[in-house]
Amino acid sequence: MEQAREAAGLAVRDAVVRYGATRRRPGSVAVDRVSLDVAAGEIVALLGPSGCGKSSLLRAVAGLEPLAGGSVAFDGEDLAGVPVHRRGFGLLFQDGQLFPHRDVGRNVAYGLETQGTSRAERAARVAELLADVGLAGYERRSVATLSGGEKQRVALARALAPRPRLLLLDEPLSALDRRLRERLAVDVRDTLKAAGTTAVFVTHDHDEAFTVADRVAVMDAGRLLQVDAPDVLLRAPANARVTEFLGLASGVLTAGAPRRGPRVHDEDGVGTAAS
Amino acid sequence: MTRRTTRAVTRIAAGAAVVALLPVLAACGGADPADDAATASTTITLVTHDSFAVSEDVLAAFEAESGLTVEQVAPGDAGTLVNQLVLTKDAPLGDVVYGVDNTFASRAVEAGVFEAYQPEDLDPQVAAYAPDDLAGTLTPIDVGDVCLNLDDGWFDENGVTPPATLEDLTKPEYRDLTVVTNPAMSSPGLAFLLATIGAFGTDGWQAYWTDLRDNGVKVAESWEDAYYVDFSGAGEGGQRPIALSYATSPAFTVSEDGATSTTSAMLGTCFRQVEYAGVLAGTDNADGAKQLVDFLTTQEFQADVPAQMYMYPADPDVELPADWQKFAPLADEPFEVAPSDVAAHRDEWIEQWTTTVVG
Amino acid sequence: MDDDGRRLRRPRTPRWGAWLGWGAAVALPLGFLALFFAWPVVSLVLQGFFTETAAGRVLDLSGFAEVLSQERTWRIVGQTLAQALTGTVLSVLLGLPGAYVLYRCRFPGRTLVRGLVTVPFVLPSVVVGVAFRALFAPGGPLGWAGLEESFAGIVLALVFFNYAVVVRTVGGMWERLDPRAEQAARALGATPWRAFRTVTLPALGPAIASAAAVVFLFCATAFGVVLVLGGLRYGTIETEIWTRTTQFLDLRSAAVLSVLQLVVVAGALLVSSRARTRRERALHLTSDRVSSHRLRLRAGADLAPALVTLVVVAGLLVLPMAGLVARSLRAPDGSWGLDNYVALGTTGGRNALSVTVWEALGNSLRTAAWAALIAVVVGGLVALVVSRRPRRAGLRRAVGVLDAAFMLPLGVSAVTVGFGFLITLDRPLGLDVDLRTSGALVPIAQAVVAIPLVVRTMLPVLRAIDPRLREAAASLGAAPGRVLRTVDGPLGARSLGLAIGFAFAVSLGEFGATSFLARPDTATLPVVIYRLIGRPGAENYGMALAASVVLAVLTATVMMMAERLRGDRPGGEF
Repeated sequence: MEQAREAAGLAVRDAVVRYGATRRRPGSVAVDRVSLDVAAGEIVALLGPSGCGKSSLLRAVAGLEPLAGGSVAFDGEDLAGVPVHRRGFGLLFQDGQLFPHRDVGRNVAYGLETQGTSRAERAARVAELLADVGLAGYERRSVATLSGGEKQRVALARALAPRPRLLLLDEPLSALDRRLRERLAVDVRDTLKAAGTTAVFVTHDHDEAFTVADRVAVMDAGRLLQVDAPDVLLRAPANARVTEFLGLASGVLTAGAPRRGPRVHDEDGVGTAAS
Repeated sequence: MTRRTTRAVTRIAAGAAVVALLPVLAACGGADPADDAATASTTITLVTHDSFAVSEDVLAAFEAESGLTVEQVAPGDAGTLVNQLVLTKDAPLGDVVYGVDNTFASRAVEAGVFEAYQPEDLDPQVAAYAPDDLAGTLTPIDVGDVCLNLDDGWFDENGVTPPATLEDLTKPEYRDLTVVTNPAMSSPGLAFLLATIGAFGTDGWQAYWTDLRDNGVKVAESWEDAYYVDFSGAGEGGQRPIALSYATSPAFTVSEDGATSTTSAMLGTCFRQVEYAGVLAGTDNADGAKQLVDFLTTQEFQADVPAQMYMYPADPDVELPADWQKFAPLADEPFEVAPSDVAAHRDEWIEQWTTTVVG
Repeated sequence: MDDDGRRLRRPRTPRWGAWLGWGAAVALPLGFLALFFAWPVVSLVLQGFFTETAAGRVLDLSGFAEVLSQERTWRIVGQTLAQALTGTVLSVLLGLPGAYVLYRCRFPGRTLVRGLVTVPFVLPSVVVGVAFRALFAPGGPLGWAGLEESFAGIVLALVFFNYAVVVRTVGGMWERLDPRAEQAARALGATPWRAFRTVTLPALGPAIASAAAVVFLFCATAFGVVLVLGGLRYGTIETEIWTRTTQFLDLRSAAVLSVLQLVVVAGALLVSSRARTRRERALHLTSDRVSSHRLRLRAGADLAPALVTLVVVAGLLVLPMAGLVARSLRAPDGSWGLDNYVALGTTGGRNALSVTVWEALGNSLRTAAWAALIAVVVGGLVALVVSRRPRRAGLRRAVGVLDAAFMLPLGVSAVTVGFGFLITLDRPLGLDVDLRTSGALVPIAQAVVAIPLVVRTMLPVLRAIDPRLREAAASLGAAPGRVLRTVDGPLGARSLGLAIGFAFAVSLGEFGATSFLARPDTATLPVVIYRLIGRPGAENYGMALAASVVLAVLTATVMMMAERLRGDRPGGEF
């Protein structure tokens, strides 16, 4: 415990998130005493059915929801009272939330503009990031003309641009069609690994979780059921609920084997398999 | 970053504050009478109703001679002016008021709005326009008659003899021909109500109005409404040839060649309005204020009254424009009600009128 | 990866800075409202509740018993409510098809029609009153309909004035509504009507509630038009307050009536805010594109709304205005010509004015520019604050109260405000500036009336910004100030053009409070129109109408320019 706190990376301890709480009513509990560690450079997927509290946990880590109990620390530093914009965490939403009044380039540059980088540096970084996500040369495009997949790629580039020390992805691929989702899941992992970004990836799709994450945390009803590497999880689910949610017949591995096979370098030169 | 926030948001707020105050500041830089102590003694603020007007050269001559600068403020029409003065008694809007008339003046005098002053050499005939409690406090400046007007053409065409008296209006041949205005809402309406009270006495006027109502009189809410929509003589498609207006109105309907007017005033139905000037109590420049009142009684200003304000100068020695004598003479014997009676009973009369006519 | 290029981040004391900023954003508008609205109004009303006795000022509430026991009072309250409710319902019913046709469909001349419908909104009520009476009076074009001195006549005039409020407020939201929701409903087998009723209408709910509240307040406090068209039989609380205050100086009754008026207005605001919050959600607006389609008359779907709009615009709006224009083109001698317009360079027949109409136009434009500036700054801040939904329930309620407070100026009698100015602003805040007689108060008084419209115009757009956009910006390192500047600013700016247009138009046409503050040398256009029409003579009457037409054209132009400021270019930068 003590060791984990000192370690580099994210440390969530006994986090509680409540909604609709007033002085009179305690409100409903969305996250119930969850503890989770994410090591530097590690990608952890938060996996669970809709409404299990995974997004609430993510928002609490980002600083968008107040903690009703527990703590969130990064690199050993308690983040209580640190507002969202000072945490240095990137955030990626399901539907991207690109700024409609800015073009692609200026969306990606948004996080760099506060950092005092020069215009030229900014342009170079934007170009580099757009290339990383496979959208080289898209700078002047209007975001309204992008397809769903392109929007999410731009959102990913935008989130990565300020070099966040932790990237939080909230169902970033859920709105996309299946084939695109499978391809993008691989791309996302490659991009994150190439940049060495620490990340928490929220999803309800176990295939996606297994593809992207180093470790998978299974959540249900506000509680963390099990946190393990994908193969461990599949081999030894902690309890019946995990088994059920992973779609495993009890004890028998039927589906969802890790798909992290050998990988081809794509034209951008990123995406080398991490394992 | 927190500091940035503060700065950004407070900058917006501060900018907004500056913007909101800018007009105020701009006004301070302008010719506001109250802002500059150095000019306060030489600037005189004249509170008037919205009909006040004076020729620039006449006013300029006064300013040059007296060393005073005259600022005008017009916070409303004649009807609301007195109430505004009463309300602002403790912090007057200016130094001199012009435009209080004899239907409202007593109330203002009672309320202590004025400082007693009348020019010393005031013509007795002029002074007579300020009887009772107005004497010595208010100075009559101009007069005018509120009378029923006739569309002469209509009577010619229809072969109807034009009415001449108030009584005539209740006769069957003039049924549905008359439009007047509401005394509760319009000052000519009040003047006409007073004319009927002057004519029939405090115990007879209600019976007269009952007859008038039964003979189809129309009551409009405002003068413009009665004159332009209902009066056939205005040439805007109105249907009634008898309308409440002023004795001066026929001068506005003079034909192109200037020979005749298409309308005329019924001089037997008039109530005389007198407009006064007075020094406002609480002025910090009583001497200047008195000079301004004096100026309003001079020949120069009085001669300017007909053309500028379309009222008759109070001074009987001032010569009237020729077309006035022809088309817009004053009534010889207008009906009268003492200003103090008006002040005492006005509200009650209006209420009784409403009960009688509106029901 | 290391912390390269990243600045050191450490926790800081909580966000007192943000609190300070929001505090200022709340304090400035509140201070403005308090000084230029609440203080004058409350002072005047209180004056009615205190009587001077030998023992000093004594609270005397007997006026309540007296006024409330009069049968006449309740008749007037009933008439006020009936007129305002009918006027509001009819404005909304007729305005919805108008909003659809003018904002969701494309057809040649659309911009012109959009400008045209706004014109009545700013025409001086005395001119409208006379124009309508000329239509309704026996012998007038509509004399046969028996509308003179009738309830229907008043309601028609109220709709004439307020149609634009509904069309613009609802239309502005409608054109940015994602059409896919309705398309989805259609795909599920819904008829166009059912899709409209179950999908589009609920989505438009907040905008409709907003518009209805504004219209109700305008109707409930309508003065000139009720007076002229209603005659003696139809009085409202507003006309009664006016009479009691200006004619009888019966502040005691006026104060009671003002309280009654406040109760009616507060009730209306409550209902409207209930309706809004029940419906309010992050609307899915098409992020930045206006979705409109070519007017489809043959397909049938657009035929009914197009017909309704045509009838309303042509019959109710254009007919009275055309009457005005036609009359303004008739010279004093009865021939057709521009004589009345030429005469605008003079001071009227027999010197009716102290400035020429063109000078008055200059005054109006200057004053309106200041008023619009003040209204947009103050109203923009209010909209910004009110658009937020704080986590704490208490704060949320406070925000709701702030929202309602800035609507009140629309629901309080202009005469109460005007007379209130006279008794309070001789030394505002102890400064040695007599604001009452300085020209500065005119734009301020106009801004007070324009602010509610600015708030109502900007608020739906600011509220419709997905909160996650702000969260995304914050996660990219943007401090709250920068989020405001880079997210709320540019997106809210879309409503800015319309807000400026409304504010400008309102102050161009404002007469009530202005008339108590006007200085002869700085008379505004409505003030000189009032004066011209208050003088006999065909020349003055003609000039008054010509000046009204000028005011109308000016307003339409301003509104059309405001539309261009809206940044409708798809996608790109502002």
